[in-house]
Amino acid sequence: MSDPLNLLWLQSGGCGGCTMSLLNAESPDVLGCLDMAGINLLWHPSLSLETGLQVTNILNDIAAGKIKLDILCLEGSVIRGPNNTGKFHMLAGTGEPMMHWVERLSAQAEYVVAVGTCAAYGGITAAGGNPSDACGMQYDGEKKGGLLGADFRSKVNMPVVNIAGCPTHPNWVTDTLAEIALGDFSEANMDSLGRPRSYADQLVHHGCTRNEFYEFKASAEKPSDLGCMMEHMGCVGTQAHADCNTRLWNGEGSCIRGGYACINCTAPGFEEPGHNFTQTPKIAGIPVGLPTDMPKAWFVALASLSKAATPERLKKNAVADHIEVAPSIHLKNKR
Amino acid sequence: MSRRIIGPFNRVEGDLEVQLDIEDGQVNDAWVVSPMYRGFEQMLHGKNPTDAMTYVPRICGICSVAQSVAAAYAIADAQGIQMPKNGELATNLILANENLADHLTHFYMFFMPDFTRDVYQNEPWFDTMKTRFYPVKGTAAKDMLPARAQFMHMMGMLAGKWPHTLSIQPGGTSRAITAVEKVRLLGILYQFRSFLENTLFGDKLEHIANLSSSKDLQAWVMQNEHRQSDFGAFLTIADSLNLAAMGNATDHFMSFGVYPVAGKKLFDAGVWQDGIASPLQPETIKEDVSHSWMKNGSEPKHPREGVTIPDPDMKDGYTWCKAPRLGGDVVEVGALARQLVNGHPLIQSLVAESGGNVRNRIVARLLELALVVVEMEKWVKEVQPDEPFYHLTSMPDEAEGAGMMEAARGSLGHWLQVKNGRILNYQIIAPTTWNFAPRDIHGQLGALEQALLGAPVREGEDTPVSVQHIVRSFDPCMVCTVH
Ligand code: SF4
Ligand code: SF4
Repeated sequence: MSDPLNLLWLQSGGCGGCTMSLLNAESPDVLGCLDMAGINLLWHPSLSLETGLQVTNILNDIAAGKIKLDILCLEGSVIRGPNNTGKFHMLAGTGEPMMHWVERLSAQAEYVVAVGTCAAYGGITAAGGNPSDACGMQYDGEKKGGLLGADFRSKVNMPVVNIAGCPTHPNWVTDTLAEIALGDFSEANMDSLGRPRSYADQLVHHGCTRNEFYEFKASAEKPSDLGCMMEHMGCVGTQAHADCNTRLWNGEGSCIRGGYACINCTAPGFEEPGHNFTQTPKIAGIPVGLPTDMPKAWFVALASLSKAATPERLKKNAVADHIEVAPSIHLKNKR
Repeated sequence: MSRRIIGPFNRVEGDLEVQLDIEDGQVNDAWVVSPMYRGFEQMLHGKNPTDAMTYVPRICGICSVAQSVAAAYAIADAQGIQMPKNGELATNLILANENLADHLTHFYMFFMPDFTRDVYQNEPWFDTMKTRFYPVKGTAAKDMLPARAQFMHMMGMLAGKWPHTLSIQPGGTSRAITAVEKVRLLGILYQFRSFLENTLFGDKLEHIANLSSSKDLQAWVMQNEHRQSDFGAFLTIADSLNLAAMGNATDHFMSFGVYPVAGKKLFDAGVWQDGIASPLQPETIKEDVSHSWMKNGSEPKHPREGVTIPDPDMKDGYTWCKAPRLGGDVVEVGALARQLVNGHPLIQSLVAESGGNVRNRIVARLLELALVVVEMEKWVKEVQPDEPFYHLTSMPDEAEGAGMMEAARGSLGHWLQVKNGRILNYQIIAPTTWNFAPRDIHGQLGALEQALLGAPVREGEDTPVSVQHIVRSFDPCMVCTVH
């Protein structure tokens, strides 16, 4: 690897959770990853020493092209309100709206990276009536546009990289940054919503520990039940793009292993599902949001078949908080 | 005299600006500004009450579990139900996991790095501190981050992920703990205890927990193996820079209490002033918006009736933060307040001697690391894998509830009103809202504003290092403050 890459990290309309998640990175930890990838941190609000004037000097030097900016990361959505003034987030110490800083600095960056669903699409900050008029860097929900515009290209001719997730998994970030540093990351590595395909080409449903329950539609009825959460509990793991059940969180977990539904937090608009997050909306008893690549009639036919064939073990365990019936034991040498 | 504006003020959670008047080498007046508004209270209006469990953790990435717990309590209160004991234990474990990780992050990554600033280059401890605590490059973060990440495997197991779990629910937790998982949880705690005992304290947790007076603490740090530890290093610096004389606020403390098990909280609720403990009177909590960018024109309100309507052009406004007051008084919240109210003898002795200040706030936080890990080991053992973790509940169409608890940074309250099955009003007062509040209608400065008065300013300093110590000693979280 050649010269170190300069990275600047800014936070706007979010909760800081993606940084907190990043601190959970393991083997190596986040500082080790930067070191390994040859990334030099120009400034990060949670990690760096520089405060006040020292920071605004760095920002001004980047904006003026005096310091090279290889990677700009924004965490949190862009706050445009009220009335497009950006006054809901003035960058402290500068008397200027953060959205102007983000625009100015993006123009200098080789790569622009949106960390988390807020920075990518607006995220939770855009929920309800979107009181702060939040949007993403290059998206406003599903629509292209956002702060930088649909046609924005960074200095290496790349659109904004959307490492979506609420929060985003630490490895989705460390892997993507390291791929960029290695020169291995191009537009071909991004899906049609700008997400790194390294994790977004998978579904949360893959590797879910409840897959056997899913097969037989043995369903959980309340929190802490072990069954599949698609039928009643709002799980959209069959449609959510992420590898949460194969690349675990905090060493061992995933939403589903924690006993609650996947709410598709890597997708634009997840913040307003149009129904209760943890209840499956149904029409005539059939869940509305069926797996995307399966014809509805087939799903219904298969589901009723598999329901009829559900083993007793799965039926019982699905509505219990621990395994009540163990798989039966088959001895080879029958007496 | 001119107004000096300091920002971005980093290594706090969220964006912060501090404005100072400086005269004769010290801070003469201070204004604390929270410059970002998102509007969670507005977003929640009209939502299904249980959806609050998805939204509120996302107020804050550093204390998202605390927000979940407060919401779960508020909804449970509205539903008139109680978690089963297992649910309480699991919730306490998840919350303690977050709170302790927070204390650790604060000490290692937010607070200590300030002692590596060049203004201290002539201090005898400077080189050692720079090697250990310099941001990104120091050895301390490299030791701490893996220990923290492994400790948070507990989150992976019990909460699915952190931040922003949904396993904490009004009716309990959605993740039962099996007998063998109890063993694994104890394993995680064993490993974390080793880090604390070998690196942070250089001593057994029980010895730290049993320190009972300021004299005790002094004797403790005189022992060489203790002085070599990170806590020892902090105490040495605190002594050499007299951090106990820095950052006094009102010396009026409050705690909502936290970690209930079967009706008894591990740390009690209450108020502490002038060496006297008194019960908390939640009805006297009122939020004043006279100096906030909020529509006002009315009397300060109890959060049950509170409103949040932003207006960046409000005359006299200078922050998005409201000004909560207890019986009209400015109170300080946090680990120091919590341990004082709960009667820990070391903290009572330190506060009797020098009040609430930079040193004592840090000591209280580290003390909690020792106190709570020991308790977590007990909670794990108390879990009964055959008993339920969750009680099924339903939400009445009309209801009211309050959820009051302690996040790492202090007292957190959620107040909820439900009408026609929808959220009519949801108001939140976060810990930093108490500490970093602006002036009120009577001109009383917020706790940090008071703590900054008199802070020494060295020749040629843009951003006085004393101000940095004081601000960070509160471990503020600005995203929570304003939500
Ligand atoms: S719980 Fe969700 S992710 Fe798991 S099997 Fe069911 S639908 Fe798929
Ligand atoms: S399981 Fe679903 S909701 Fe949970 S983190 Fe993964 S994508 Fe987000």
